[in-house]
Amino acid sequence: MVGQRVLAVRELTAYLQRMIGSDGLLANVWVKGEISNLRRPASGHLYFTLKDQVAALRCVMFQNRSRNLNISLQDGLEIVARGHIAIYPRDGVYQLYVAEVFPAGVGMATLALKELAARLEREGLFAAERKRPLPLLPRRVGLVTSLSGAALRDMVTVSRRRFPGIDLVLAPATVQGDAAPFELSRALELLGNLGGVDVIIIGRGGGSAEDLSAFNTEIVARAIYACPVPVIAAVGHETDLTLADLVADRRAPTPSAAAEMAVPVKKELEERLEVLSLRARKGIEHRLQMARAKLERLIKSRGLARPEQELYYRQQYLDGLEQRLQTSWQRQVTSREQRLQLLTARLEAASPLAILSRGYAVCRRPGGPSLRRSLEVVPGERVEVVLSEGRLQCEVKDVEGETDCV
Amino acid sequence: MSEGINLKFEEALQQLEGIVRALEGENLTLEEALERYQEGVKLVRLCRQRLQEVEGKLQAIFVQEGEVVLKEISLSGGEGNGN
Repeated sequence: MVGQRVLAVRELTAYLQRMIGSDGLLANVWVKGEISNLRRPASGHLYFTLKDQVAALRCVMFQNRSRNLNISLQDGLEIVARGHIAIYPRDGVYQLYVAEVFPAGVGMATLALKELAARLEREGLFAAERKRPLPLLPRRVGLVTSLSGAALRDMVTVSRRRFPGIDLVLAPATVQGDAAPFELSRALELLGNLGGVDVIIIGRGGGSAEDLSAFNTEIVARAIYACPVPVIAAVGHETDLTLADLVADRRAPTPSAAAEMAVPVKKELEERLEVLSLRARKGIEHRLQMARAKLERLIKSRGLARPEQELYYRQQYLDGLEQRLQTSWQRQVTSREQRLQLLTARLEAASPLAILSRGYAVCRRPGGPSLRRSLEVVPGERVEVVLSEGRLQCEVKDVEGETDCV
Repeated sequence: MSEGINLKFEEALQQLEGIVRALEGENLTLEEALERYQEGVKLVRLCRQRLQEVEGKLQAIFVQEGEVVLKEISLSGGEGNGN
């Protein structure tokens, strides 16, 4: 006992919780027993005990699970419950936390399928967010079904009716029997890797629940999940959903319906294209028309209305200016000419030559100024008489008095 | 548009719808509108081609001696026949 550690109760409980939590079997366990001590408190959770001749198991089913029960539980009823084992620390007891309840009469095959479905769901194979959209116009439609079945004929007929030109590629597979799961998954793989296949339909005509077993296998479910192109399940069974239905991107009630999902109606696409084409043409025509109208408005506006007229206005103005320039220049010239003539006349009028031409003469000492008074010279002095034409060199004989005018 | 050859039909159709909406709106210049229109015409041509180019074969895929082969098949008894 020396060296042995003493644990608090909560420590031991936590240890046991970890132990139980790490056990694979206890995480998802199926238990068969008879219900006793069923209690339904107001919280909506269900509490009961499952027991057989020798043992008893405390069970709890929380309200979020019990809400969807499709059998009514009561004391004495024998059931199979699926859930996980955990410790309720407060009471120090282990109990089954029930996720699902089935009547005890359900076969093991069904239970196994339920469990497989639960496992695949946890892995996310059914997740809505991974469902892929189908192509509007597939290049080729892949078909996984039996070569001899009615499903193939239905799918081909519907496809040809809707869009005769679309290629169909069949990957034949038996849909029933031991080889079916392998053949179906292999066919899916072949089509998925072929290239140019844009959507695949996997299916068969209707059958009994047992006939559908191949579509409920893990290998087929995983093959659908792994397929690189969208898959439509057309298993053709209305009451039960198969795993193939749950994993597939779309589910169709019949092979014909699947073909309708996969194959568009050619005429509708053509019409849609025509409408778009027409709208584009109208759009651009409208656009051009508006541009043209705008241009017209601009042309009619004052600035651009009659550009030549604007030019003429300007030319006219220029012409006017030129005219005025010439006129004023002319006036300047004329007035100067007139002034010159006047001055010339006046100059001529004032010219001594004019006087001389009338018979007057100028008397002067040679080279000196003209003489105005007789006393300016003395007898014997030489004077020069300038006539209108020519000169006289004279000698003064006598000088007479100033009063004696001529 | 140079990658038009690889465009999927619905992608081409979507682009075309976008172009038509833009053309019907008022926000484009004339040059832009003309450019878009030409793009639209190309897309229409591409889509029409896509609608025509498929051949309508019915083939089956088999594995023979490890090789994947495609063979044309016909439905025995003819289409629309009861069996």
